[in-house]
Amino acid sequence: MSHAQNESGSHPLSYRFLAAIWAALLTLTALTIFAARIDLGFFNVVAALGIASIKSSLVIFFFMHLKYENRTIKTMVLVAFVVLAICIGLTFFDVGFRR
Amino acid sequence: MDHGNVGGLGFLAPAPGRKGLLSWIGTTDHKRIGLLYMGCVGFMFFCGAALGMILRLKLMTPGSTLVGPQTYNAMFTLHGVIMIFLVVIPSIPASLGNILLPLQIGAEDVSFPRLNLFSWWLYVLGATLAVVSIFTGSGAPDTGWTFYVPFSERTTTNVSLAVTAVTILGFSSILTGLNFVTTIHRLRAPGMTWTRLPLFVWSLYATAWIQVLATPILGITLVLVFAERVLNLGLFDPGRGGDPLLYQHLFWIYSHPAVYIMVLPAMGVISDIIPVFARKNIFGYKMIAFSSLAIAFAGSLVWAHHMFTSGMSDTAVLVFSFLTFIVAIPSAIKVFNWVSTLYKGSISVEPPLLFSLGFIFMFSVGGLTGLVQGAAGTDIHVHDTYFIVGHFHYVIFGGTGLGMFAALHFWLPKIFGRMYDRGVAKLSFWIILVGMNVLYFPMFILGLEGLPRRYYDYLPKYAHGQVLSTIGSWILAVGLVIMFANLYRGMRRGPLAGDNPWGAATLEWTTSSPPPTNNFEVEPVVTHGPYDFRGVARHE
Repeated sequence: MSHAQNESGSHPLSYRFLAAIWAALLTLTALTIFAARIDLGFFNVVAALGIASIKSSLVIFFFMHLKYENRTIKTMVLVAFVVLAICIGLTFFDVGFRR
Repeated sequence: MDHGNVGGLGFLAPAPGRKGLLSWIGTTDHKRIGLLYMGCVGFMFFCGAALGMILRLKLMTPGSTLVGPQTYNAMFTLHGVIMIFLVVIPSIPASLGNILLPLQIGAEDVSFPRLNLFSWWLYVLGATLAVVSIFTGSGAPDTGWTFYVPFSERTTTNVSLAVTAVTILGFSSILTGLNFVTTIHRLRAPGMTWTRLPLFVWSLYATAWIQVLATPILGITLVLVFAERVLNLGLFDPGRGGDPLLYQHLFWIYSHPAVYIMVLPAMGVISDIIPVFARKNIFGYKMIAFSSLAIAFAGSLVWAHHMFTSGMSDTAVLVFSFLTFIVAIPSAIKVFNWVSTLYKGSISVEPPLLFSLGFIFMFSVGGLTGLVQGAAGTDIHVHDTYFIVGHFHYVIFGGTGLGMFAALHFWLPKIFGRMYDRGVAKLSFWIILVGMNVLYFPMFILGLEGLPRRYYDYLPKYAHGQVLSTIGSWILAVGLVIMFANLYRGMRRGPLAGDNPWGAATLEWTTSSPPPTNNFEVEPVVTHGPYDFRGVARHE
């Protein structure tokens, strides 16, 4: 018995727009490789994770249509990201202060 | 409302089409899947308990007795892996959660019934591989249930297959969690608002979120261990340039919240049982509901308290110690609210309430001794001693175990439509409670005296506590045999129980016992809270 119907229908995106997202992902991949070759010390990890987060956001929002979902679904995904960020952050909190 | 199905088979009746075993292992009925889990969990519990009994028998005397050191290492590893991954984690959520969640929210089934069956099959596959890992390769895994590196990467025993099994079990858990979150959001009956949800459902909701968010980290970590063993990578092994502390972080990021996967559903059970036998509305409904979420969230941030002696930075030790103490707050909220519910209640001491009170006592001891380890200073002293073993068994067996037993005594009449012998159930409770305390309390003393855990041998000065503890295991075993025999007999040949033998007010008691395949003859409309007993009478 379904008491609430999922009304999220299809959201056709133009090929041009999807190609632009794809190009952005490729550019960010190149940027990841470029950033890894510069010695930023501890911030190499921060840069890599930051770029990866942007890339995954693009995939989730546009390729997986999160942008067109309701607030509940968006909140759920956000909670997952926040928890993951805290876990990674606290882990590096140890590494950063380790002697 | 009595539907007159007393004595009928309900969902237990042979389904049209498939017959016999196929009607069970191919079913998409959440209640049947729950019973499949219950059967498997019960069998694995028997295996894990038998291993535990043999371990305790060996530890009764110092020196080389009963089993050799390598066998002993393999046995405590298997005891841990079986009890954690195959028994405790799926015990309440996957078995009783599956059976009761749709019934309690007024739904026909879970959101994804086929995915639910797939989860069970993944569980069976993982369990089979775990058992196979004992008898194949170069010997049973001997790492302990934590698979700590670098030992787990260098031992020649069958660790690769064991971590594969645990990864598969993890996927089973993730899919169950996903199903429950979706079901609670989408399939609630008309009138079943968030503040009318039974607190067992709230606890399943909090648990499901941990399953969805934390379990993938365990899966990824164990895949990395597998890859490091097979491909000779340098991820965790310091000899190959890896960081063993990274493994410990990743392992405990899942495995500490996993403790809450184990205990939160039991807390939900207690929250549902106590008001029924106190004939009072629960004290602080919203606080108990939100404390489940608070435990799930805060409990996910405290994992490194397992690593205070590992060489982690001192600053991180302070931070994680502080965070650990925060988890005590929502846990204490629950305990105080349960006790407040009982205060001035019209209490009837039935077996489910006895087991619930046992839960509160054992969980309180386990929780308070947990704070001893949460404080970094005292943790240095008791780390990796029997104190930890005592604390963990108080929380998990005394807590989740008694919670599960309370749930079985509470909902068995609903699931099977028959009642067990209540006098025998009370007797078994007291034997179990005495057995648990004689078994586990000496471990606190042994730990404070400095006895390290997991060691095959020990100095003769520790023998007194070990003997006492082993005697406790025998008492506990007697209690468990009586309890399970009584439940089994009640399930098969007990007197008919009626639709609502306890006079409970949640939705599952408004349908027949056992419930029909589609749960309700007509879609229920919820008009009152789950603990509003006005106008609710017992139907025996």
